[in-house]
Amino acid sequence: MAEKVLMKGNEALAEAAMRAGCRFFFGYPITPQTELAAYMSKRMPKVGGTYLQAESEVAAINMVYGAAAAGARAMTSSSSPGISLKGEGISYMAGADLPGVIINVQRGGPGLGGIQPSQADYWQATRALGHGDFRVVVYAPSTVQEMADYAFTAFDVADRYRTPVMILADGMLGQMMEPVVMPEPRDERIEKPWATTGHKHQRAHNVVNSLYLTADELERLNVERYERYAAIERDEQRAETFLVDDADVVVVAFGASARVARSAVVEARAKGVKAGLVRPVTLWPFPKDALEAAVPTARAFLSVEMNMGQMVDDVRLAVAGRRPVEFFGRTGGVIPTPVEVLARIEDLDERMKKGGE
Amino acid sequence: MTEKETKVVFERPHALLPVVTNYCPGCTHGIVNRLVAECLDELDVEGDAVGVAPVGCTVTSYDFYGCDMIEAAHGRAPAVATAAKRVLSDGVVFAYQGDGDLASIGMAETVHAATRGENITVIFVNNAIYGMTGGQMAPTSLPNQVTQTSPYGRDTATAGFPIRVCELLSSLDGVAYLERVTVDCPKNVRKAKKAIKKAFQTQIDKRGYSLVEIVGTCPTNWGMTPQDAFSWMRENMLPYYPLGVYKDVVADGYANAAEAAAARAADCPIANPAPQTEGGAR
Amino acid sequence: MSRSLNIVLAGFGGQGVLFAGKLIAYAGLLEDREVSWLPSYGPEMRGGTANCSVCLSDDPIGSPLVLAPDALIAMNQPSLDKFAGVVAEGGVVVADSTLIADIPDVPGVAMCALPATAMAEEAGFKKLANIILAGKLYAETAFCAEDTLWKAMEKCVPAGKAAMLEMNEKALRLGMEA
Repeated sequence: MAEKVLMKGNEALAEAAMRAGCRFFFGYPITPQTELAAYMSKRMPKVGGTYLQAESEVAAINMVYGAAAAGARAMTSSSSPGISLKGEGISYMAGADLPGVIINVQRGGPGLGGIQPSQADYWQATRALGHGDFRVVVYAPSTVQEMADYAFTAFDVADRYRTPVMILADGMLGQMMEPVVMPEPRDERIEKPWATTGHKHQRAHNVVNSLYLTADELERLNVERYERYAAIERDEQRAETFLVDDADVVVVAFGASARVARSAVVEARAKGVKAGLVRPVTLWPFPKDALEAAVPTARAFLSVEMNMGQMVDDVRLAVAGRRPVEFFGRTGGVIPTPVEVLARIEDLDERMKKGGE
Repeated sequence: MTEKETKVVFERPHALLPVVTNYCPGCTHGIVNRLVAECLDELDVEGDAVGVAPVGCTVTSYDFYGCDMIEAAHGRAPAVATAAKRVLSDGVVFAYQGDGDLASIGMAETVHAATRGENITVIFVNNAIYGMTGGQMAPTSLPNQVTQTSPYGRDTATAGFPIRVCELLSSLDGVAYLERVTVDCPKNVRKAKKAIKKAFQTQIDKRGYSLVEIVGTCPTNWGMTPQDAFSWMRENMLPYYPLGVYKDVVADGYANAAEAAAARAADCPIANPAPQTEGGAR
Repeated sequence: MSRSLNIVLAGFGGQGVLFAGKLIAYAGLLEDREVSWLPSYGPEMRGGTANCSVCLSDDPIGSPLVLAPDALIAMNQPSLDKFAGVVAEGGVVVADSTLIADIPDVPGVAMCALPATAMAEEAGFKKLANIILAGKLYAETAFCAEDTLWKAMEKCVPAGKAAMLEMNEKALRLGMEA
């Protein structure tokens, strides 16, 4: 087995992306993702890759668009305010069916917000990364190891479905160090016959484009794309479950807040409260199946987030009124503590028992 | 009876597909599209070429060219072309942009692609108006020029002054070749073609960023016949946007933009480290 | 029985609290334990206060942010003032008495003061007060096997910097024996 090393989440993700065959990185400095770009700037020239510090976030994402059009595995990374600027390019990538990977190491918002860890871009990531009818596959790692592992998954899924993919991390995951086993370099390139690489007089010209001036044609293409999205929803949902089978209170949490929630669940069990955890790994597609499986045995659900309540919408949609769904969160860069999550679990458990028996 | 020898004197360039364009009668884009295609043919690079189409009147030009084409977001063609060229280092990558695309919404991308010395070619058509959206004021609209959004004429006190793109870019060290041309008569069309071909050759020879500005017309939105539009252009635009070469590092005696830049910064030690020393800034 | 040790290291930017934290984290890694290291980040980095949280555990680590440390290394007065009050019952504080004038008694907490900065200067390795303090923390908590600690130091000092490694090892020894 490869050696376990101590790495920051941002650096682990960068190294793994390179091992996944990414040779084109376009970025712009912003806290707390900066180590990712710095790592790329150090390593890319050593492997014949391109690190380009773009003039803006807007330029950076449009460079990802250009590199992806030319058939390369390309990536950009930023933090919350920068992702807002990338919205344009992400929408165009979706419209032109281009694969690419976008990293968001979230910080507090709105506006300039703060620089401490946050999950306040959940809605943006899963609903509104840009204008138009489209989806982006979103992975939410919760450890430094997953920062590395999902870099591989992100590129593979992006290529397979010809879609932009986002890794939604946060300042805590980006900045912290944990032991990580770097995945072995792997470069299973799938053919990209659609790429604009110069036709060499061997084929008709390829066009990468998102403009369709005929309404019927644009509708047809959107419907086709949604068929692909349906396949993604069917095949790419991922979640981790912990002590859910007999849980009365099922906590739902992703990324950094899932770590806190897990500690709270362990402590609740120690106090005799049957708590469990569903941790969505894909935020879109939302792991409805994992929640569906928990509905028959659960008394109530508690969404724990580092925001004012965003994923709780998806939990409610999945639970569909069959069980109460509550929310607990801290925002602005404040990290919830296991103690306060435990208090909410105990309170909810008590109310359910009173009301239900 | 002797057979008459036939000779082709005019045909469609191979790099231009047999499709109907969407340009208005008298529009200069058609001429420039053709010149670009002729250059791709003559340099025999259609198979290696990737064109980047802008948002504006040439937005659908991805359907006109025979080479591979990418449609970019408004103003982002230089960023898209930058990345495509970084991936396809032996390819020939060009962006074709109008004045609003290049000098307004995409000015940051334009300036930075130029200063990075991206080895790309930009074909810039300046007709002093937003054509596609129906004739609004452009960054290159002339003082007192009436447009849909400058109905009393461009008031420089409130709308500022037009941008002279070649002059602006000529100060940037990444630029290898800049020329402003027009296509109002056969002689100028020939000169324009020569400039476009030279711009592509600059890229093929890896000398740095190249841009050709074509001062064009917009008879539809200017509200003139094509001939009157050319007259108006000659009278008003050419004095503001003088034709000519604005930068040519080869003519200045350098191999490429980088060499010219080093000479310009000769007195700056960090920009010109002694050949023996390794590394850069500390 | 599962063990865990949650540590906060705090001081001015540039004193090396992040590096000392990394040393402890590497020791945990080498013993194949669960480990996390979380720095404060942002404007504090630029000359202000810096701190990091290190967790060593036999179980998966939830929040890597340590709020009630079992051990605190404090390298300046503001850091001691900020964190001494939240150290867990039965915990230990290792404080640099060269730089901290006011070292309070905290009930239920073992307070170890040593003049690490003065010791480092005297021994001729000015910038290694952080490592001396880490050595003292090791003497107090034995957070890993001793040979692991030496291996961890080898991991943390860039390969090929033998002189630097030797100095760090001496500083660590100095702290352990203080």
